[in-house]
Amino acid sequence: MINGERGGHGDYELFPLGDCAVLIRFGVVMDEALNRIVHAFAAQLEEKPFAGMIECTPAFASVTVHYDPLAVMRSRTQAESTHSTIYETVSLRLRLYLPTLEPSDMQTERTVVEIPVCYGEEYGPDLAFVAEHNGLTEEEVVAIHSGSSYLVYMIGFAPGFPYLGGMPERIAAPRHKTPRTVIPAGSVGIAGNQTGVYSVATPGGWQLIGRTPLQLFRPGQTPPSLLQAGAEVRFQPIARAEFENYGRDA
Amino acid sequence: MSLTVIRPGILTTIQDLGRTGYQRYGVVVGGALDPGAARVANLLVGNAEREAVLEMTLGGSVFHFHKPMIVAVCGGDLSAELDGGLLPLWRPVYVNEGSVLRLGTSVSGCRAYLAAAGGFDVPEVMGSRSTYLRGAVGGFEGRALKAGDELSVRQPGENAERIRQLLTPEPGEDAQIRWHAGHFAIAGSGEEQIVRAVPGTHFHLFTSKSRAAFFSQAFRIGIQSDRMGCRLEGPTKLQLEAPLEMLSEGAVLGTVQAPPSGEPIVLLADRQTTGGYPRIAQVAAVDISVLAQLKPGSRFRFEAITRQESERLYLAGERDIQLLKAAIALKLRAI
Repeated sequence: MINGERGGHGDYELFPLGDCAVLIRFGVVMDEALNRIVHAFAAQLEEKPFAGMIECTPAFASVTVHYDPLAVMRSRTQAESTHSTIYETVSLRLRLYLPTLEPSDMQTERTVVEIPVCYGEEYGPDLAFVAEHNGLTEEEVVAIHSGSSYLVYMIGFAPGFPYLGGMPERIAAPRHKTPRTVIPAGSVGIAGNQTGVYSVATPGGWQLIGRTPLQLFRPGQTPPSLLQAGAEVRFQPIARAEFENYGRDA
Repeated sequence: MSLTVIRPGILTTIQDLGRTGYQRYGVVVGGALDPGAARVANLLVGNAEREAVLEMTLGGSVFHFHKPMIVAVCGGDLSAELDGGLLPLWRPVYVNEGSVLRLGTSVSGCRAYLAAAGGFDVPEVMGSRSTYLRGAVGGFEGRALKAGDELSVRQPGENAERIRQLLTPEPGEDAQIRWHAGHFAIAGSGEEQIVRAVPGTHFHLFTSKSRAAFFSQAFRIGIQSDRMGCRLEGPTKLQLEAPLEMLSEGAVLGTVQAPPSGEPIVLLADRQTTGGYPRIAQVAAVDISVLAQLKPGSRFRFEAITRQESERLYLAGERDIQLLKAAIALKLRAI
């Protein structure tokens, strides 16, 4: 059975993901403190990648580390050359990073990003549904949504798409039973207890409450995503005219 | 301008070996679905193995060459013809100015790769020339090729010139180049293929019936399959013993996910960077090419292997590519 092995330092498990990746799981719940460990670990790897590492993908409570097995094999030390597999070498190299995680690494200030949103009407065709579902007025939904701050736990699903935590349950709403075939980029939606912003046009089942004129996916720019994991997001209501003229003065 | 797309075929895109380093921003890796075929095609024309090539799906493409050049077509046998004659696969071919390359229908396999000496000249976006269709990024204007598109090929290096000498000898000399890399072709076409896989991190959480079925029943490649993944259909739906609350985690090439429908999806080149479905198995990296070459509607079975075996196969596959590289270098030095 291919179960993970438990680590000695703090709680984590390692799992092989195919021939070229390892998953390090720090937990199984969405939790701010766990997520800080994830990003501190990912930052360490990025700063001092081991020989043969390609990149890592931080998620809610885990980090996936992608590696080139040949490059790892060629960089093995004499001690490592006794390992039966490349995976074993990578696992042991990864464990070396874990004890060096300091609580101070996890106290970093959060970058705050304001996202202007034109709520309702054609940009938020489901705002009325979300209001009705929760026994609120549309104005109240907007006030609650834009009055909260959200943590970007991770970027995934689509380029630049943020998984946000912190939406008040008072505005939660179920997904559409039949997903829309195309949702325009910039759409702000609610699905269950989550809110998010579509970064590219894709099919999707989220309840759409508004749209931002900001581009979340910026191919060719460094970094190519407006938001990074660990940032704090606040939504700023804007009028329709402001949405339509956004960026024209610049 | 080096060649014109007369007909794009079902789906033709520019791909290299993918865009790494940006998965943390949700940017998919992409790249050739059958990386082995793309790498070999490049090596045969004297390119670096990660050069941009054309990925052609199920045939129907027609190209008109405006310049003489060295090309190689590898991967699926899509009845490639050059100026009306059969174009040999898995070997370098000298193409004349004015020549027409035409792909017919699939004899075996699903995707063919056209490499041109020098490599297709499109800008690198985030370190890669791969087309990512959903993000409209990379390749040729971020999209699939259309009729009338004009592609350029960069100036080939010394290797290509030596290959040209081999392919266009002086009158009276043997014109046939003797080396080819046909042993990289996926063996067998009509019969049921085998795809080797390692039980996944959630394998033990599936019902015993699902676990048994996974490694014994025949799966059919669904018609909805695309560059993101192979959608599989089988008589037994794969079900978990108990519902599983799962957070999204990193996703990798070849992961077999089982969504609640019970119909598994094998993640391919354009997979999302993260996913939240249970992982019932992981296809051995060497057998990704087998899956990439299965046409919608065709059938195959999974064969269970160990993680150690999978890794050993990976290293053996890489050794084969290194051997080919060394053999080509040797041939070119001999000229």
